[in-house]
Amino acid sequence: MKKKTFARGIHPPEQKHTTENLPLEPLLPPEKVVIPLLQHFGAPAEALVKKGDDVRLGQKIGDSPALFSACIHSSVSGKVLSVDGFAHPLGKPMTAVTVVNDGEDRPDPEIRGKEDPLALSPEEIRIAVKAAGIVGLGGAAFPTAVKLTPPKDKSIDVVIINGCECEPMLTADHRIMLEHPDDILNGAELVRKAVGAARIIVGIEDNKRDVYDLFHRHPHDSPVEVVLLKTKYPQGAEKNLIQALLKREVPRGGLPFDVGVVVQNVGTAKAVWDAVAQGKPLYERAVTVSGSGIPEPKNLMVRIGTPFHHVIDHCGGLQPESNLILMGGPMMGLTQASPEVPVIKGTSGILVWGEARPPREHSCIGCARCVSHCPMGLVPTRLMKCVKYAALPEAESSGILDCVECGCCQFSCPANIPLVHWIRLGKNQILNERRKKSASS
Amino acid sequence: MMDTAFILRSSPHLRDRDSVPKIMYAVVISLLPAIAASFYFFRFRALGLYLVCLIGCLITETLFLRARKKPMHSLWDGSAVITALLLAMTLPPALSLELALIGAVMAIALGKQVFGGLGHNIFNPALVGRAFLQVAFPVAMTTWSAPATLAVDAVTYATPLGNLKFQNAISQGTLTPLKDLFLGNTGGCLGETSAAALLLGAAFLFFRQVIDWRIPLGIILSLGAFAGIFWLVEPQTYASPLFHFLAGGFMIGAFYMATDMVSSPITPKGAWIYASGIGIMIGIIRLFGGFPEGVMFSILFMNTFVPLINRFTRPRILGERRRT
Repeated sequence: MKKKTFARGIHPPEQKHTTENLPLEPLLPPEKVVIPLLQHFGAPAEALVKKGDDVRLGQKIGDSPALFSACIHSSVSGKVLSVDGFAHPLGKPMTAVTVVNDGEDRPDPEIRGKEDPLALSPEEIRIAVKAAGIVGLGGAAFPTAVKLTPPKDKSIDVVIINGCECEPMLTADHRIMLEHPDDILNGAELVRKAVGAARIIVGIEDNKRDVYDLFHRHPHDSPVEVVLLKTKYPQGAEKNLIQALLKREVPRGGLPFDVGVVVQNVGTAKAVWDAVAQGKPLYERAVTVSGSGIPEPKNLMVRIGTPFHHVIDHCGGLQPESNLILMGGPMMGLTQASPEVPVIKGTSGILVWGEARPPREHSCIGCARCVSHCPMGLVPTRLMKCVKYAALPEAESSGILDCVECGCCQFSCPANIPLVHWIRLGKNQILNERRKKSASS
Repeated sequence: MMDTAFILRSSPHLRDRDSVPKIMYAVVISLLPAIAASFYFFRFRALGLYLVCLIGCLITETLFLRARKKPMHSLWDGSAVITALLLAMTLPPALSLELALIGAVMAIALGKQVFGGLGHNIFNPALVGRAFLQVAFPVAMTTWSAPATLAVDAVTYATPLGNLKFQNAISQGTLTPLKDLFLGNTGGCLGETSAAALLLGAAFLFFRQVIDWRIPLGIILSLGAFAGIFWLVEPQTYASPLFHFLAGGFMIGAFYMATDMVSSPITPKGAWIYASGIGIMIGIIRLFGGFPEGVMFSILFMNTFVPLINRFTRPRILGERRRT
């Protein structure tokens, strides 16, 4: 049978073998954790604690009344050292709660699981998920409670559990799937109940056959279909995964809700189950630590707020020739100015390597590889030229805002043009212009 | 703590290993069989033409890069070498070396650098050089010599297409046999005669994913349909599509000139439109035009439409409603 996949895309070297067979190990939390109040898509949370307060493991330390936000919990027990600006993996310093770890992991007494989680109402599930501060763990960190609240006029029929992990080098999701299949399937069932869907589809790429076989054989009561996909990047991007599994296309500028779908990453599904069944807030996550600059690559369960250098030290330490630290995968990861930044809810990987000087950039020769690989059907070289020569209205009419910044174009560009960089610049300029207009009118 | 400066840049952080110079030199390698064939058929005439074109193109490129204050590494990106080789291959073997030099200078100057160098030219540079010579020196550009492999005494010798157009070759029964056309044992431009050698190189380019398959296929299908209809209706007047594919500059044009990345469309639908335009133009010129051959002008003509074609063939964006 021909394996399902989406149109176009690329197949970069996977480089997963270094860590795919390494089980998740818990990493002991450091002496001090730095927990930023913004770790998600949306409004930052406001601190609920102040300097000198005693906090417990899993205690809520940040919350926000905004719809698009997520609450924040302490990942250790101990004393609050400061609530202040701190280096953040997204680039700009942001307010963070620094807690001195007392090493005792005294749990928050209010943490309590539900008796029969699968019998809960959709609203009860949403409340538990919101209280646990769960966000999408695939990388985008979209508040999960919002995703579990489809608009009244959209009926949802399918929940997709995203087990693609299409980014090269990352294997944390792979390990979660191998080690916690029950939690994932139970979490998926909770998601299905919350959104009122009929089906659950688990999408797994064929470079993780072991997971596919495991899930296929796994006994479960819920209506689960497990589908093997042809390994290709960016299969894990929502719109492409929906196209691959269901042949449905999310309308331009729309959301998966619009085609009756909710997509959740496998790690998020497990977090949902943990939150509802045990009342466990999202204070730790699976992180792949890899790259040629890491002497001992590992898959770790890391407490949120652990500085990168603590994680890297546990994996053999930073090497003198390393000059690139990434949060996330090599295709969409964010470079870091310093290893002081803390692990946040969206940290799927910490990658380190050394790089010589950048390759020489040439003029676009019109090879059209960016066009034949763009999973969104765009013409990246044209968008680049529109931005470069300040033709923003044309960039917009050519679909620049549809770009998901997956990087397929730039990966395949033989002229080494920073296409995604130009496109980001153009998107920012267009959105800023729009904001100005709506503010003045 | 650290005195290392960490790299800060936007994603992605992985790159495919291919590069512009690698692509250009792949094209050069793919031309080697046809170059070898031209040496075999035209002996030392070939050496002179290739050398003069290479010297002319590289020197012109150097002068322009210096005048435009551009980095010199562009000289070795391989693109000027391709222009030189392709120009030499489309010149009559008996052309004087001075004229070849003028063609080479014009190819780079007028065909490429006035537009801003590699990537900015509208036309295929080698064809611009050739078109200049064709217009400026029409007699020299249509004086043909027989290949060294044929024992022909005559100083001039008709090409298969000239023979077809001006000598009533079909009714006379003197149409060049397909086997000679395929192997290249016939008169014509230096590197265009051997379809076999050109196809061998083109196969490598497909394998190396340097040329868009839609373009040669589209040209073959459109010329095949156009010439095929006339051939089926009046086979005593019109040659078969197969003859048209193997004769003249069709192979080198369809596989090497029309597929030039810079001067061909970047959208899949655009490639089909562009290719069909070229095929039909070739058919019109060869069957009804004043010239026996039309590959060069057809490609240059369609080159002019490429920006327009790109503009109107934007692919459908994921989630965009299908136009009904």
